[in-house]
Amino acid sequence: MISLRGVSKRFPGARDPAVNELSLDVPEGETVVLVGPSGCGKTTTMKMINRLIEPSSGTIEVDGKDVMAQNPVDLRRRIGYVIQSIGLLPHRTVAQNIATVPNLEGWDRDRIRARVGELAETFDLDEELLPRYPAELSGGQRQRVGVARALATDPPVMLMDEPFAAVDPIVRERLQDEFLDIQGRIKKTIVFVTHDIDEAIKMADRIAILNVGGILEQFAPPEEILRKPANEFVERFVGEERGLKRLALIKVSEIEVEEGPVVSPSDPAEVARKAMRESGFGWVSVIEGGELLGWIDEETLEGAERVADANPRRFGAYVTQDDSLRQALDSIVTTRTNVAVVVSEGQRYLGILTLERISKEIVSV
Amino acid sequence: MTERPFIDWEWVGGHLDLIGQRLAQHVWLTVLAVGIGLLIALPISVYVQRRRRLYPVAAGFSGTLYTIPSIAFMGLLIPFTGLSTTTALVPLISYTLLIFVRNIVTGLDGVPEDTREAALGMGYSVRQLRWRVEIPLALPAIVAGLRLATVSTIGLVTITALIGKGGVGYLLLAGFRNLLPRTTAVTIGAVLSVAMAILADVGLLRLQRALAPWTRHVRSRTIG
Repeated sequence: MISLRGVSKRFPGARDPAVNELSLDVPEGETVVLVGPSGCGKTTTMKMINRLIEPSSGTIEVDGKDVMAQNPVDLRRRIGYVIQSIGLLPHRTVAQNIATVPNLEGWDRDRIRARVGELAETFDLDEELLPRYPAELSGGQRQRVGVARALATDPPVMLMDEPFAAVDPIVRERLQDEFLDIQGRIKKTIVFVTHDIDEAIKMADRIAILNVGGILEQFAPPEEILRKPANEFVERFVGEERGLKRLALIKVSEIEVEEGPVVSPSDPAEVARKAMRESGFGWVSVIEGGELLGWIDEETLEGAERVADANPRRFGAYVTQDDSLRQALDSIVTTRTNVAVVVSEGQRYLGILTLERISKEIVSV
Repeated sequence: MTERPFIDWEWVGGHLDLIGQRLAQHVWLTVLAVGIGLLIALPISVYVQRRRRLYPVAAGFSGTLYTIPSIAFMGLLIPFTGLSTTTALVPLISYTLLIFVRNIVTGLDGVPEDTREAALGMGYSVRQLRWRVEIPLALPAIVAGLRLATVSTIGLVTITALIGKGGVGYLLLAGFRNLLPRTTAVTIGAVLSVAMAILADVGLLRLQRALAPWTRHVRSRTIG
């Protein structure tokens, strides 16, 4: 675990401190995200942990040991480090980059090769990329190499400074998901810096919201920050869509879905019409043996005697139980049927989510 | 008196030893001057690149040396070192310094700050950073300086013929003075010095690419 006690940093010549009397604990195995506007000292704070910047006062401990009492080179080798621009060594291949710290630590060649192979697999880096140089990789691949490199010696602590900032939003989201998945298994103690509150909400176990001048405004889990912002600054920084952002933290599996109007292909058309009327939706899902075939309405059902005679239309979008309520909401507002259909693997129908159901969750904020 | 041909191949055939010796001397003087120049310039450049206020001092000093005409330079040294190899080498070495210092500092300046910070953050010591990251990354610029210095030194070596060295420059000087068959010696001397310069340039260009495979790959990617 990492602990900061009354840490301040004044840069020579600056009128105000960059970080002011900051106290913060990063519990073991958790991700603490430092977030705030530029000038809030988040990167400075992070760099004081591995002594790339030295604090003016206060103490920083990593695993109970004062960092200022340690040799900075040894300290840094025990802390994984990923920076915004990744900083891959351009003159070394992907494999050599990943092996940077093991090399510095003098591992033997077989052990290094085994570890590089292992990390390449974890980070979905094709073996043929290993002998290439960083300039030959895509942005997403470079980010993966950067994170893999930081994990090479399996350090218990990682510092990540906007590690996913240099790629487009689609790739960024995928990298975030991948990293969350990996972190779920390796449980590192992570200090993560970003200026993007959405990234903070997504990645953090706890968020530290910093204000200009390195003042800690709130330190709490994402859900709490969205539900109960400590002050006006936090409220403004979190943004106007607090309810929506909180929806992003709730998974579909956490709430009860409605059954919704359903019929089976063997049902007479009249049953389907009745279900449409009673639900008020004007359409009904067709389920066969638990599997969702699609939906039908008056128009599709015209002239049919049984549901099986009609050709069901496919839903434009589905959500799964792993998706968030925010994704479900998106699905509701973008489909013609105005509901989110919840399915499990193999298109098994689980139920529907309506706008009313989701707004109940927003209101409960 | 029979008229000599423009190039007297018979004379050439009879004097291969002389030509070979002069060629070897030329190569040797060049290698010594460039090698010693690099050895002097490298630590100075690494030192001043980090201490920016000293850079103008180093650049100014090597620049001043560069402006001294070579004949005058050797003349100034003769009272101290006579007609020795040292007298020939000191100016040759001095002229390489400006080229090396500029190229090495430019090369080190070109190392991205991110790369430097990431390397330190991962636990490179300052010394490891220098030798394993900064200097390798500056190699293309350093070797570019080496090419420039070598080609210019190959040309300058000929002038040291004035103090009895000169490599193939001897053939030129002795030709001009009609101590050797004029057109033959001058042509052979000129062709050999140009050939050396071209060979050195091409050879070092290859070295530059071999030492910096990552730059080659970047190029192939932009084309592909």
